Amino acid sequence: MPPGLGTFGHGGPSSSRATSSSPPDGNASEVARDEDSQEWIEALSSEGSIRDEAIARLHALLMRAARFEVTRRALAVSHLRGGDLDDLAEQSADDALVAVLAKLDRFRGQSRFTTWAYKFALLEAAVKLRRHAWQGREIPLEPAQWPRFADAGGSPQAQAERGELLGAISRAIDDELTPHQREVLVALALNEVPIDVLAERLGTTRGALYKTLHDARRKLRQKLEAEGYAVRLDE
Amino acid sequence: MRKDSGMTDEPQAGDDLIRRLLGSAAPEVGCEECFEELDRFVELELSGVAADSEIPGMRPHLHGCPACHEDYLSLRALVESER
Repeated sequence: MPPGLGTFGHGGPSSSRATSSSPPDGNASEVARDEDSQEWIEALSSEGSIRDEAIARLHALLMRAARFEVTRRALAVSHLRGGDLDDLAEQSADDALVAVLAKLDRFRGQSRFTTWAYKFALLEAAVKLRRHAWQGREIPLEPAQWPRFADAGGSPQAQAERGELLGAISRAIDDELTPHQREVLVALALNEVPIDVLAERLGTTRGALYKTLHDARRKLRQKLEAEGYAVRLDE
Repeated sequence: MRKDSGMTDEPQAGDDLIRRLLGSAAPEVGCEECFEELDRFVELELSGVAADSEIPGMRPHLHGCPACHEDYLSLRALVESER
């Protein structure tokens, strides 16, 4: 499995999983595909030169998406040279091609085929870029930056309220969370370590880490609510 | 002081931190389902359809997961650039 997809794993916040109107995987959920998407599927599912040509076109399409992502995120990996970025885009397109071909029967036709395929290349490139950006850097699991935010901006009253709330959150982190939940929350939410980078360092998956983060956040909100805080944050 | 943080002032670094720490109280999908639905969500949005009601739980997850939010922004920008 390409590294990007491998970061997901299982274990999302199933306890609060929102149900979508889309059925689960498989052809039963298939809706009418647009003509272009149907041609893609037929060509990629055929044999011989038709399939070879379709795969070459698909790789070119995935390269375009990977280069698009690399260009958008190049500032985050300024230590990489142009040739390295090209290699990263090429590797991303290669990995995405493997993923798309392996999951072809899961394309439900609920978007255009090109949009569906693009997301694989974007994911592969994004994961590689984030890993490059954090290569050799220590993963901070302690709240070293906590005090810096407590008095950031706003009116004196807003600062005081924010400081009080942050203090309550800090106490709830210490009192309510398990050591693992605390480490994950601090790394992801406080120190802004990318979730796939942390997953790789801890030998787990993006899905499992998000589940931990979700559970930790729920505990914190419950504790704050029990203490009388009514936090309103625009979604 | 009423224990109601409000957060009605203009966005501040502290507010962003609080948002990252507490996430959304609304039901949300996980990273895997978010990836599964991302292409449909983006096309619904760009078509002017109410993507949030079609795929509930996506938006709260995108607010709570920076990596998935980046993936979303990139896919939306790429598809939009080809229109």
